[in-house]
Formats: sequence, C-alpha cells, structure tokens
Amino acid sequence: MTQLILKRLGIGLVTVLAVSLIIFFGTKILPGDAAQIRLGQSATPENVAAFRARLGLDQPYIVQYLAWLKNFIQGDLGTSLASDVPISSLIADRYHNTVIVSLLTAAIGVPISLGLGILAAMYPGTVYDRFLTLISVSLVAAPEFFTATLLVIFFVFVLDIGNAIVVGSTEGKGLFELIDHFALPITTLCFVIASQLIRMSRAAVLNVMSSPYIEMAILKGVSRRRIIFRHALLNAIGPIVNVVALNLAYLVTGVIVVEVYFGYNGLATLIVQGVQTRDYVLIQGLGMIFCLTYVILMLIADIAAYASNARLRHPK
Amino acid sequence: MAAAKKSAKKTAKKATAKKAVASKAAKKNTATKAKASAAKTSATKSKRNMDDVVFEARDLRIHAIRDDGSELPIVKGVDFKVRRGEVVALIGESGSGKTTISLSALGYCKPGLQFAGGEALLMGENVIGKTTEELRESRGEKVAYLAQSAAATFNPSILINEQVTEAPVLHGTKTQEEADAKALQLYKALELPDPENIGSRYPHQVSGGQLQRLMAAMALCGEPDLLVLDEPTTALDVTTQIEVLKAFKGVIKEEGAAAIYVTHDLAVVAQIADHIVVLYNGEIKEAGPVDTIINSPQHPYTKRLMAAIKPLPEAGQGDGSSDDYLKDAPVLEVKDIDAGYGKSSDGKPKVMVLKDVNVAIERGKTVGIIGESGCGKSTLARVFAGLLPPSEGEIMLDGQGLAPDLKDRSREELKKIQFVYQMADTALNPRQQIKDILGRPVEFYSGLSGKQRRDRVNELLEMVELPLAFADRYPHELSGGQKQRVNLARALAADPEVVLCDEVTSALDTIVGANVIELLKGLRKKTGVSYVFISHDLSTVASFADEIVVLYAGRVAEQGPTDQVLSPPYHPYTRLLVSSVPEARVGWLEDTMARQESTAGIAGQVQLTEVGCPFFERCPLAIKGTCDTTNPPQRVDKNKHVIECHRELSELGG
Repeated sequence: MTQLILKRLGIGLVTVLAVSLIIFFGTKILPGDAAQIRLGQSATPENVAAFRARLGLDQPYIVQYLAWLKNFIQGDLGTSLASDVPISSLIADRYHNTVIVSLLTAAIGVPISLGLGILAAMYPGTVYDRFLTLISVSLVAAPEFFTATLLVIFFVFVLDIGNAIVVGSTEGKGLFELIDHFALPITTLCFVIASQLIRMSRAAVLNVMSSPYIEMAILKGVSRRRIIFRHALLNAIGPIVNVVALNLAYLVTGVIVVEVYFGYNGLATLIVQGVQTRDYVLIQGLGMIFCLTYVILMLIADIAAYASNARLRHPK
Repeated sequence: MAAAKKSAKKTAKKATAKKAVASKAAKKNTATKAKASAAKTSATKSKRNMDDVVFEARDLRIHAIRDDGSELPIVKGVDFKVRRGEVVALIGESGSGKTTISLSALGYCKPGLQFAGGEALLMGENVIGKTTEELRESRGEKVAYLAQSAAATFNPSILINEQVTEAPVLHGTKTQEEADAKALQLYKALELPDPENIGSRYPHQVSGGQLQRLMAAMALCGEPDLLVLDEPTTALDVTTQIEVLKAFKGVIKEEGAAAIYVTHDLAVVAQIADHIVVLYNGEIKEAGPVDTIINSPQHPYTKRLMAAIKPLPEAGQGDGSSDDYLKDAPVLEVKDIDAGYGKSSDGKPKVMVLKDVNVAIERGKTVGIIGESGCGKSTLARVFAGLLPPSEGEIMLDGQGLAPDLKDRSREELKKIQFVYQMADTALNPRQQIKDILGRPVEFYSGLSGKQRRDRVNELLEMVELPLAFADRYPHELSGGQKQRVNLARALAADPEVVLCDEVTSALDTIVGANVIELLKGLRKKTGVSYVFISHDLSTVASFADEIVVLYAGRVAEQGPTDQVLSPPYHPYTRLLVSSVPEARVGWLEDTMARQESTAGIAGQVQLTEVGCPFFERCPLAIKGTCDTTNPPQRVDKNKHVIECHRELSELGG
C-alpha cells in the first residue's frame, strides 16, 4: 500500500516534469520575441539585445528551462511581460475568486449530485430514475452559456432576485455572503458538474448492484438502504472519486465561459489574457498551476481509491 | 491418526458444551434485554422438533420474460416437499430450472424471470407475491442461501465476521455478541483454521475452500429453518469437496435444519441427500428416496443421468490413441522448467510456481496435467504457449529449440501451438459472428480470403460437428457446449500440431462435456494433433490421456503412462486425488472419511518449497527429518513411470 502510494507519487512527479517541458518549450515555439513584445515595435535592436540579456533569453534553452524550473519550485513565477508586475501578484486575487467559486460549487454540487445519482441507482427504471436521466443528459448537452442564460432569465428577470453579473468585492464577506455574491456562477457550475457526477455515480453503484454479493445481501434480507450504503458504496468509491476529482480540476481551470459571462476575474480568464498579450511568462506559470491542480487532485482520487480497496489495504 | 481425530472432536464438543453453558448464563444476566429474542429462539426450537413440512412447492410455475414481452415457461408446474431435518436434492442439467426453483423458497426470481403461478410455501406461508419488505423478514432468518461461488458472494470490502453475523443481527434474532458466539461455534464445527481470528479477515485473505465453508457459516448463523444450497461444491477440487461435504453434512445434522441441495452431480447427491427430485426442462421426471433413485432409477432421463456419471479414474479406460503419427522427436517438450511470476533482484521470479518440470508431448498423443487448484497447471500451459517465459530450462518444438517468449516466435511456430480457454463465454467476442471469429485466424495464419476463407470456415465447423448455418450466428445464440466447440474450432483454424486445452470441459454438463471429449478424440485420430489436457477432473483425464503428469505445488509428484499412474504404486498425493473422486454410492463419504489418510490442503495455501517434498505436511507416509529437509529422489517404475518420493516403490503399494 505504502509502496503503491509512493509509486503513484513518483508517477505524479514525472507527469509534472513532463508537462513543464511541454509548457516551456511549447511557449518557446510561439512566434514573436519576448523582448520585442515587451519593448514594443519602436525599440532599437541594442535595447532589445540588452533586455534579452537581462531576462537571460540569450542563454541556451536548456539553461533557461532549468532556471525557470528552479524559480518555479521556489515559488517565483517571474514577471509579467505585459504589465511588468510579478505573476504571483497577478494570480493572487484571481486565485482568490477561483478558489472560492470552485470550493463552494464543490461543497454544494458534489454531495447533491452524488446523492441524486445514488438514489437513482437505488430505484433503477422508476419514473424518478428516468426523469433524472433525462435532466442530466439534457444538462450534458447544454453549453454553459445556455445554462447561465436560463438561470439569469429565471432568477433575475422572472423572480427578480440577485444580479445578472457579479458585482463588488469579496473582501470581508462571510460564508453566506460569499454564496450570495457568487450565487449565479455557483448555480451554473453546479448544473454543469452535476450531469456527469449523477450519471457516473449512478452507473458505478448500479454496476456494483449487479454483482453476486449484492444478490446475496438481498437474499440475506438486508434492507435496501443498508445494501446501498454498507455493501455497494464502498465498492463504488474508486470510480466515483475519480470523476469528482476530474470535475474539481475543471472548476479550477476550465470555467472561462462562466467567468466571462458573469464578469468576475478568475484564473481561466487570466490565461486567455496571457495568450492575447503574448505574455508567455504568465502562460507558463498558469500552465504549471493548472497542471499541478490536476495532478494533485488525481493523486488524491487514486489514493482514496486504493484506501477503499480491502485487497490493497490488506494484502495476503 | 483416527484416534487423534476423535480426541480432537471430543475437545471440540466439550468446547461447544462449555459455550452453551456460558451463553445460558449470559442470557440470564441480561434477561430483560434477551427476553424477546429468547422467546423467539425457544419458539423455533420447539418447532424444530416437530416432523413438519418446512417448504413445499405446489404447482410452481416460473416464466422468463423475453425482450419482446412474450413469456417463456421455465418451470412448468413443480410439486415437492422438504421436511424438517431432511435434505432434498434437485438434480438436472443446466437449463433444467433447478436453481430457479430453489430460489423460489426465498421468494426470489433472477432478473428477467417472474412467478407465473402456483405456491411456494415456506413454513406454511406462501412467499410468492410478497413484497420485498415482507420477504426481508424471512430471508436470512427462516431461509438462507448458499451460492455456487463463495468468492463472488462475499463482499470484498467487508470483514468476514460482519458478513457472517449480519443476517441474525439485522433481523434482531441475536445480539452482536450472541451472533459472534454462534459464528465462532460454527467456524469450529466447520473445522476452519484459527477460528478465533478468521472472522477479522477480508474474504481475499482466505482460500477458496475456506470461503466456501465460511459461506455455510454465514447461512447457518441465523439458525434458519431451511437452507438452499446451490452447487456449493461444484467449483472445488475433489479433495476440498470431500472436506466441505463432510462439514455441511455434519452441520446440517447438528442444527437440525432442512435443506434444498441443487446440483448436477449425482455422486455428490448420493452422499448428502435424503430425497432426490430429478428435473428436466422445468418438469419433475422422477422423485423419491436417495437409495431408490440411485440404485433403481425408473425414468429414462434419470437412467441417462446415471449412465453419464463419469467412471472412477482407474487404469485401463483410455481407448488408446494411434501410434501412426509418432516421429523421432516429440512435437513439444519442456526440459527442467522453472517458472514463476514477478522478478526479484537476482533475476529469478519473485513467486516460484513451477520447479524442475519435464514434459514431452508425442505426436497424436495426449498429456493430461492434473492437480489441485494453485498447483501450477495453467502456468505450465502458459509456458508452453510462450505467454510466460520460464526462468530456467528450455522448450523444444519438433526437436528444435523454441524461443521462450511468444514475441520471439515466428508465425509458423505460433501456428503450431494453439490455446483453448476454459470459458468459451469470455473467450469469444460477443459482437462477432462465428464466421468472423473463425475467419480471422484462418486469414492470419493461412492468408486465405474470399471464397477460400469461407470454405475453410465451413470445413472447421464440420470438424467440430456444428451445422454450417452457425457461421452467421453470434456466440450468445449458442449453447455452452456449442460455444466450446467454436472455441476449439478457432484453435484448429491455425492447423496446429499441439492444442493446449485448459479445463475445456469443466464448465460443461457431464453429457455435453463427454461429447466434447469424444470430438477431441476423433480429431486426434484423424489429424494427428496432440493435446495438453489440463484438468482437475481426474475421471475425464483418465478416459482420454495417454500420459498423466501429477503436479503438486509446482513440482511433478508423479508422471507416466495413464494406466501406470492410475494403478499402484501411487505417489501418496495421487492416491489422495484418486480416492477423493466421489462414487455415486450412498455411504461412500463416510467410508472414505474413515479410510482417508491424507489431509486435504485447505488448511493453508500450498507453497512451493525450495527443499524437501512440498506434500510433506499432508502426507500419511512422511518421514520426519527426511521428507521436509531433502528433495525426494525419482523412483522409476516400468514404462517411464516416475514417482518422486522418499519411500521405496514397494512401500507405495508397488
């Protein structure tokens, strides 16, 4: 078990290193010279050369890469090419928003979705199950902006509560104020992750429900509730935590449409800005943060799956 | 040995008696709390003494629901009774409806089936038409179910003890402490090793035979009135089966329970049943006391079942293969093979599975590989096939060295060795038609296409005696035996010289399996193909193999021509295997238990040992200080018959 976790950690580390290579050299292939971009079209070649030397851009790529990696490990993400401020401070307040939204979405959306999915697995083929399947399939098919628009129409224009965009700052707000502050983006994202979580948790539990030991539990006269929560769920944890982790990672990295739609600043819009302004230092830093988010979440999911497996916890 | 057993039993009995006293005292102390449950127990106890009917099926009808909504009768009006203290066996081939009928006692239908009429009376109450909630009361309390595969029936994530005691605790008939005490008593009665601690393990941490007995404990823990046992020993080795049967029989008697025993094996039925109900196609063909049915069957179907009982593995059964195809060199040979899984730092396998194995397969001949599960039979087949390169030794094809790894073998070499798996169900792609399943290897190995390919597929279907129209069918439209024939035809598509058959008849009914063996024999005669026939079923091997290799813990215990291996002198292990094959005779179990000298290996996993004879701990003839410290010498009898044992041939009954 410990060995397995260590091995998994090792694989995670290799993944991060591999991605760092791809990110670094990927941004190097992009057209345009960083110094030229920074200094503008009117800069003299001498100025550009001096600036290149200052940034270390005249060094061989491998040296640049190692220096960049070392800085990254030490927490120094470099300085933005577009605005000349440290990347970390650019990220800081964005990160704040993203973390609040994803945590709140996860805290609200994950338990509800899993509950609904498991409930569907308890009563497969019933009207409830069919209805839920219909809803979740429709949600999968609906793009985020569509869901968001429907929610805005419903809450803002029909019920006349809340704002169509996120306004004001989060500073000094308590939990419920924060939920209120981000109410619509959180609801939208809950719908987005719910569809996949409901379908996957239903499928995972149903899959276990067809196994002989569940039939045995039925024949022992075990109640349906106990069958689900004691006999089935333990064996369905593996696939479920994986889907949860993937969805959480998406909440951190992929919610650009929702951020733009509701007009608040998160990490996803930041990376798009980075691309627009050719701020490759910013792209590199954010790319690594996104990669780390994925790797860490998947690592936690895998360890949780190991831990839920008696065979791995207690080898012969 | 016998004396030791007796005294062991005595102490066990004493322990149970003590426990009973202790539990009585405990009950007194918690009188108020236990009142309800005590009343319940005494009520069941008093019921137990009456000679009443525990279960009765009256004109029971069960239908399958087809995809188009139409109904197909599966059970067509069945009547039988099970009285207290009685074991009623439902026997028949697969598809006879025996499992379906037995599950009706729990008011349960497998998905896709439904009750269509009649009554299933459990303790006088009809369980058909009750809601799941109502049935929950009786399930696990009045009636308990034991499934064929304990490995699949135990939840892998829950400790054994919780699963064993779950039913009585949930139903409130026992407190957790009482249930634990009952479980412990059952573990002891079922002769499980380390009874105090076995419950705090996970299912994967105990062996298959142990799990099968733990399932019996699970069923018996709630002290049900009726036990439903569905082929509980079919998946076990003969040596384990004997132990499990004995344990079941003892416990059923002691608990005074009634039982429905579902099986297709008449030899097993003869040991455990009081009454037999013979089923065919959902109808009762014959029913009566076990003696009558076994000794003088009346109905033609029962007679056919009796006739299909495999003969005991004795010398002189094989009808001999032809020597016409023999050549100077064996077609396939392994020399001094060591093999195992994993890799340790010194380059040797982490887990050794095979050690010093020598087998030569002559053209047109069959080598049978036998032994209990885990002895390395399938691993040996994997070595032949190149799926597992051995760590030592060499493989020869037609007298030439053969690459140990599949990847390094030429297509021509691959073509000559083909593998047939046990489970045709999983080995055949469900989404391919038979013509594609067979056509692909035809194309791959012989490069045929178009009409030639079709002709070859038809030829293959003819070889395995299947109608040509089957080419357009999908695997799920075929019966188990037919699927196994397709599985075989696929191997034959390569026009092989050696076919490795891994338990190919084990999942089939006796009659169907026997037909497959006849087919194999015919092909051997016609084409000169050789077989490596791996099976734990000694009777089948005896009727078919020219040579037998007896494996124990990865070493060859005995090997030689079939007739020699199956007659004295025996290796003590071979003797145990041979004498454990049940006879269809009432009283055989008791006779054998009295005579049996060797002990079955279910107490612990059998491990390959570096030095000494691995059979040492179970062997009645073991010499302490010799057998456990030195490797046994090879004793050569006539006709290349080799026994690896420290005892002289004369001591082994030669």
